[in-house]
Amino acid sequence: MTDRALDPREAAITWHHAEEDAHDHGGSATVLGFWIYLMSDALIFASLFAMYGVVSTAYAGGPVPREIFDLPLVALNTALLLASSITFGQAIPHIEEGRVGPTRFWLAVTGLLGAAFVGVELYEFSHLIAEGAGPQRSAFLSAFFTLVATHGAHVTVGLIWIATMLVQLGQHGLTGEMKRRLVCLSMFWHFLDIIWIGVFTFVYLYGVIR
Amino acid sequence: MSDTLLKTIFGRLGWESFPVHEPILLGTFFVVVLLGLAVVGATTYFRLWRYLWKEWFTSVDHKKIGIMYIILAIIMLLRGFADALMMRAQQAIAFGANEGYLNAHHYDQIFTAHGTIMIFFVAIPLVVGIVNFVMPLQIGARDVAFPFLNNLSFWLTVAGAILTMVSLFVGEFARTGWLSYAPLAGIAYSPDTGVDYYLWSLQIAGVGTTLSAINMVATVIKMRAPGMTMMKLPVFTWTALCSNVLAIAIFPALTAAFFLLMLDRYVGTNFFTNDLGGAPMMYWNMVWIWGHPEVYVLVLPAFGIYSEITSTFSGKRLFGYSSMVYATVVITILAYLVWLHHFFTMGAGPGVNSFFGIATMVISIPTGAKIFNWLFTMYRGNIRFELPMMWVVAFMLTFVVGGMTGVLLAIPPADFVLHNSLFLVAHFHNTIIGGVVFGLFAAMVYWFPKAFGFKLDPFWGKVAFWGWVVGYWIAWTPIYVVGLMGTVRRVHHFDDPSFQPYFVIAAFGAVIILVGILGFVMSIVMGFVRREQLRDVTGDPWDGRTLEWSTSSPPPPYNFAFTPVVHDLDAWYDMKARGYERPMSGFRPIHMPKNTGAGVILAGLSLTLGFGMVWYMWWLAALSFVGLLVVAVGHTFNLHRDYFIPADKVAATEGARPRLLGMGA
Amino acid sequence: MSAHLHAEHHPQASGHSRRGYRIGSALAIILTVIPFWLVMSGGLSNPAVTAAIIFALALVQIVVHVVSFLHLDTRSEGGWTLLAFLFTVVIVVVTIGGSIWVMYHLNANMMPMPNGAVPIVR
Repeated sequence: MTDRALDPREAAITWHHAEEDAHDHGGSATVLGFWIYLMSDALIFASLFAMYGVVSTAYAGGPVPREIFDLPLVALNTALLLASSITFGQAIPHIEEGRVGPTRFWLAVTGLLGAAFVGVELYEFSHLIAEGAGPQRSAFLSAFFTLVATHGAHVTVGLIWIATMLVQLGQHGLTGEMKRRLVCLSMFWHFLDIIWIGVFTFVYLYGVIR
Repeated sequence: MSDTLLKTIFGRLGWESFPVHEPILLGTFFVVVLLGLAVVGATTYFRLWRYLWKEWFTSVDHKKIGIMYIILAIIMLLRGFADALMMRAQQAIAFGANEGYLNAHHYDQIFTAHGTIMIFFVAIPLVVGIVNFVMPLQIGARDVAFPFLNNLSFWLTVAGAILTMVSLFVGEFARTGWLSYAPLAGIAYSPDTGVDYYLWSLQIAGVGTTLSAINMVATVIKMRAPGMTMMKLPVFTWTALCSNVLAIAIFPALTAAFFLLMLDRYVGTNFFTNDLGGAPMMYWNMVWIWGHPEVYVLVLPAFGIYSEITSTFSGKRLFGYSSMVYATVVITILAYLVWLHHFFTMGAGPGVNSFFGIATMVISIPTGAKIFNWLFTMYRGNIRFELPMMWVVAFMLTFVVGGMTGVLLAIPPADFVLHNSLFLVAHFHNTIIGGVVFGLFAAMVYWFPKAFGFKLDPFWGKVAFWGWVVGYWIAWTPIYVVGLMGTVRRVHHFDDPSFQPYFVIAAFGAVIILVGILGFVMSIVMGFVRREQLRDVTGDPWDGRTLEWSTSSPPPPYNFAFTPVVHDLDAWYDMKARGYERPMSGFRPIHMPKNTGAGVILAGLSLTLGFGMVWYMWWLAALSFVGLLVVAVGHTFNLHRDYFIPADKVAATEGARPRLLGMGA
Repeated sequence: MSAHLHAEHHPQASGHSRRGYRIGSALAIILTVIPFWLVMSGGLSNPAVTAAIIFALALVQIVVHVVSFLHLDTRSEGGWTLLAFLFTVVIVVVTIGGSIWVMYHLNANMMPMPNGAVPIVR
């Protein structure tokens, strides 16, 4: 009793939570946990951006950005990804109100736009490699391919996730668990669009003007 | 069979990959095989496989996962310490004409394996294991936020450890030092499997550590008992939170660095090569962005452990709780701003070096504040010098020296003299053994009765304590001395015979540490033998102050029959002081997560993926990768992940506990 | 964030978030088109000015996306998401800025110079 005097008025103090399931398992923590995961993923991209920044002029006598970056193609790709973010936004009200059909429709549209994005990126890569501007040519190209392809791999994971959700929505409808997963998926998808802002600005546009 | 077919199936694995010509490895191999057969045989004989699988391997209970992490760490400690003994023995004899018993090729693998194992598979699993076990109990939770993820994280760490161990007998481990610096670790200079083993084991284990850190942070934020505001959080939980926040912040940099080095080795990119524009120093930069804060990831929870123990065994509230919290947060942030001091000598110039040197010195201020807080907690306290408290005192005396040599090394001109010397090696062993390892032993002694229901044997516990403390000083003081005289690290042979006595003393010290390690193992064995005398029936064997002592030892699967409500810092002390009585009726069904084998399967597939990639068995790697995707997606189709413990079962469990429990000690 | 998950209980919050989505989408399109137009048309002759403008626009666009698509605000999850985000921003700046700063100095000091001079970069 050195630290605190006993107060008789507190005799009827509550020591236990009466309410059932005050602590649920994970459910309420999922969105926060996924947000923290996204932050750590952002730091992986930060490291790749740092790598790119350090070797962005290490051309080693090879091609320079101005010669190999096809800005109209990048603009098309940027438009595809931004459009997919907006179409995902179209699904949100339907998710909230539990309408499975429109949710699946907008998810599918988002997935198709994402697939087109990955397709364009693969086309760009194969074109560059055919020209002799592959990832082995110089440190600059290594960093360029790695940064952009890591983003593309994330989009591909997002596509697998969308496909999985389309199936599971058909099985279960918009239950609480499914809504939670869709919220995480939407965060993931919008997060990838944010990373792409960094890519098109720092890599493509800045690469061409410097 | 044709050569190409063999190559397709086995990649670069051939008969010559097995070290049959190395007598040391062959002997070790037979010992490991015999021990392994004995363990497998005993498990089969006592029909334990089913029990192990159902109750432990697939368990999502944070307490069991925590215990499994600690078992993994102790096994790997034996391996890592065997490496240490081999190095000490080699350096004690290899002078002048005597080349010792290890050639440079083998010696280089040993120091690489020692560092890698001790940090990634001993220190990290011990810290993660203790946080896993203690933190949810301290915040009054029934489990962590993501129980399945916790199981997966553990098994990924195990997969990484297994891959490292496989390299002992199949192929070779890296010879590039514990951080595998580029360009030495590039394919041009290290074409064999060593660096690939290193990269894949650490990458797999690193994913596990990152996921675990996310899990722990979400747990502290979302699952605290009602009333437990951030400033009523037990100090250990605070340090666990900061440590895991820091881990989330730094592991991405390591993952990225390893990923880029892998691309260099497998795809032929030029990130860290010497030509075509590569920047090898960028690898150093990235691994140290991880590496320095990692020290704090390990030591912060140790600081939390010291705080809990000092307060409990001094019978006083911790002195300066809020300053302790702020110091922890400040260290968390400053830890991220000092990484360049690991390569002062690499030409950054006076401006950059000054910045990082000063930042490094500044970090010692909050750390020093903590030491004073512990001292003031002890001041006029009713101190009980039981084993955990003995470890705390040994820590304070030992760690302060390590901290001061650290400040010395933070001065760039001094670092130009001492860089890569044994003085540096002695410094970081001083901080990691004196700071982290002592703390982890204190934690194991302190929380062991909570985990198993009986205390460790005190006699053998004291043998462990004195072995470690005396052994540490005898082993490392001479290394400080020869380091100051200019001896460099990572050499297997010396020319100047006048240094030999120092290395002989150091080897002698290492043997005393071995006594300490064996003493610890004995304290578990003898504790088990004498468990009836050492039994803890109260749940509160040390007169503790935080919530983990309010439940039984060992705690029931659901931890708390009722979620506690917290009114004060040192919640359990408050409850005892105000005459809390444990309710014996009114139990409700408890919602719990179900066990699952998905974590073991995913980790197993990661292991085969890593093995396939190390040996260029592309079919195995591809199959494992597809398997990983299928199992991961398949797992999301399983929605039956929870169950209820019925109320009468809870009542039976609670009724079986002594009535005494909950009345205080 | 989870604001729209539980939106059925808060119709106003939901409507607010939908309007945020529309405004955000419009801003995002504008903020994407301007930098592409600036660079592709070569509108400004000074590359340094162009670079400064496109970087500023990118930062603004990131904030727009975070606020209107990820619904980051001071209230979601009791402010923890905002705290995590700000902490991450600091770490990102230190990682990228620090690495480039350190590596620039290492390169400048340690690269062999054509005339044998050794510059000291502070």
